[in-house]
Amino acid sequence: MTTSISHDVAKAGTFKPRKGWGEEIALQVRQPFPWLIAIFTLICALAPYVLDDVSLRESLLLAAVYVTLATNLNLMIGYAGYVNFGNIVFFGVGGYIGVYMATAWHVHIVLAALAGGICVSVLAYVFGRGILRLRGAFFALATIGVNEAIQAFVVNFEPWGGATGIYLSMDAYEPLGGPMNALWLCYYLIIAVMGLSLLLSYGIKKSKFGLAIMAIGQNEDAAAVLGVPTPKYKAIVYSISGFLPAVAGALYFFKSGIIEPTSAFDLTTSIEAIVMLMLGGAGTVTGPVIGAFLYEELRGYLLFSETFSHLQLVLAGVLLLLIVLFVPGGLMGFLRQRLPFVRRWLQ
Amino acid sequence: MTALLEAHDLTKNFGGVQAVAELSFTVQQGEILGLIGPNGAGKSTVFNLINGVIAPDKGRIVFDGQDITGQAPYAVARHGIARAHQIMQPLLGLTVLENCMVGACFGRENMSLADAREAARQVADSVGLGARADVLAGALTTAGKKRLEMARALSAHPKLLLLDEVLAGLNPTEINLMLETIRGIRNSGITILMIEHVMRAIMNLSDRIVVLNLGRKLAEGTPREITQNPDVVKAYLGDASSLEAAGATPP
Repeated sequence: MTTSISHDVAKAGTFKPRKGWGEEIALQVRQPFPWLIAIFTLICALAPYVLDDVSLRESLLLAAVYVTLATNLNLMIGYAGYVNFGNIVFFGVGGYIGVYMATAWHVHIVLAALAGGICVSVLAYVFGRGILRLRGAFFALATIGVNEAIQAFVVNFEPWGGATGIYLSMDAYEPLGGPMNALWLCYYLIIAVMGLSLLLSYGIKKSKFGLAIMAIGQNEDAAAVLGVPTPKYKAIVYSISGFLPAVAGALYFFKSGIIEPTSAFDLTTSIEAIVMLMLGGAGTVTGPVIGAFLYEELRGYLLFSETFSHLQLVLAGVLLLLIVLFVPGGLMGFLRQRLPFVRRWLQ
Repeated sequence: MTALLEAHDLTKNFGGVQAVAELSFTVQQGEILGLIGPNGAGKSTVFNLINGVIAPDKGRIVFDGQDITGQAPYAVARHGIARAHQIMQPLLGLTVLENCMVGACFGRENMSLADAREAARQVADSVGLGARADVLAGALTTAGKKRLEMARALSAHPKLLLLDEVLAGLNPTEINLMLETIRGIRNSGITILMIEHVMRAIMNLSDRIVVLNLGRKLAEGTPREITQNPDVVKAYLGDASSLEAAGATPP
């Protein structure tokens, strides 16, 4: 054994094959999981159209927004280990930029939403280089601070309508073929954003960048000693986690016809996104989806029930507490631990 | 022989305490240099200065011809310095293989994920963790975690390996296995700078030894010279017989 050790170490030092991106992507395409994401997205996109069910469309749209928020939040909380409490700020700023460009400058909503996403990503990177120096509770507090500060700025920013916000007139939908078509378009786009979020989450998890982010999530100092450029990578993942929520925000508020500061920067939604993520299972790709759908069902039930209609947030808080205390891995963590086939099929 | 690492005049104060003072030494290409000294002599601080965890107040560190003084740990890792910690810092939620892959991906060679997977597997095999490659790092024993620290550092294919008390807490059998592993690493062409309290081990392994006391260099030389140096014997070992004792008793 002893001689073979020296021999193996010597061999390990001379290792030289070169495998690149191509092989890595080819490997992933042969995996079942990306296809599951594609099929799931397609089903969500087609179901309301095929069944001709507008209320299903509305509830799936809300669920897709939640999945997008929770999935991108997962990049920070589940992967990098940084609790972004004020995550809704991405959604809100993206919404404002998108809606403003679509109304004031008559930019096509797709381009306006993309512009919103890009602006938010750039801002997030710059902010991230600063606030990601903080760790733990201090980072969480700083993210709340960012959200509140930006909300205060928007309330006083006249071009964006100040405290009353921006209302869209019906004319805004004319370039898209009228309000009816615009609604369907926004629906398909938001479902696409959800699908992209899931692919992004899976892609990051399986990438070299993702490995670095997970290493940071486990032990940031050890990751740095191993060579992970931690300040830059943290800011990049923070920036990435803002892009699709911002795009979704633009589409969502465009579709709603109104955007105003209290709903765009609502900390409650931030917390709800955390509850969904923890419920489904932080650190997994499937978890946030399950969490978001479950939470949307639960929320819908509570809002319409006589007894609970005012207790929705109280119950969300209690739920979060119970999860953190007893099932920190969430539903997916719980299932993956116990059932090998879940581990094989669902990431 | 050429110098791989040169430390010039390193000084670091913590508040009023001088942890390292005007310390200069060189590590030659291909050698095993032992760094010893009583508790609090500043050995781990020297490691922290070398791999950029803390910046020196004064002095320069030159690695492979480049000045790396004050660079961040990840930049130092890229130059080809890897470190196994005294207090193990495994990435508990990742598997043994993934731990090693982090080292391989972001070390000197900047490998792709697929390359890193193979390099990590080879290194895990070579330090005897091959069978446990897909186990979560948190599930390893202490000896296993020590090996993982080493494997992770080696996966980066470093030029210089910093080993901080990798033998502490191991039983005699495990120590012997680890000694063989360290010799194997050196034979593969990797230069080693190691801190160790197990005297028998460091005296056997090292080509040269630097002795620190209160942050200053007390002596430097071959293991034989060190054991016969009256200053070392007085300041560090107490009296000559304790050296024998330290060598004979495992920790």
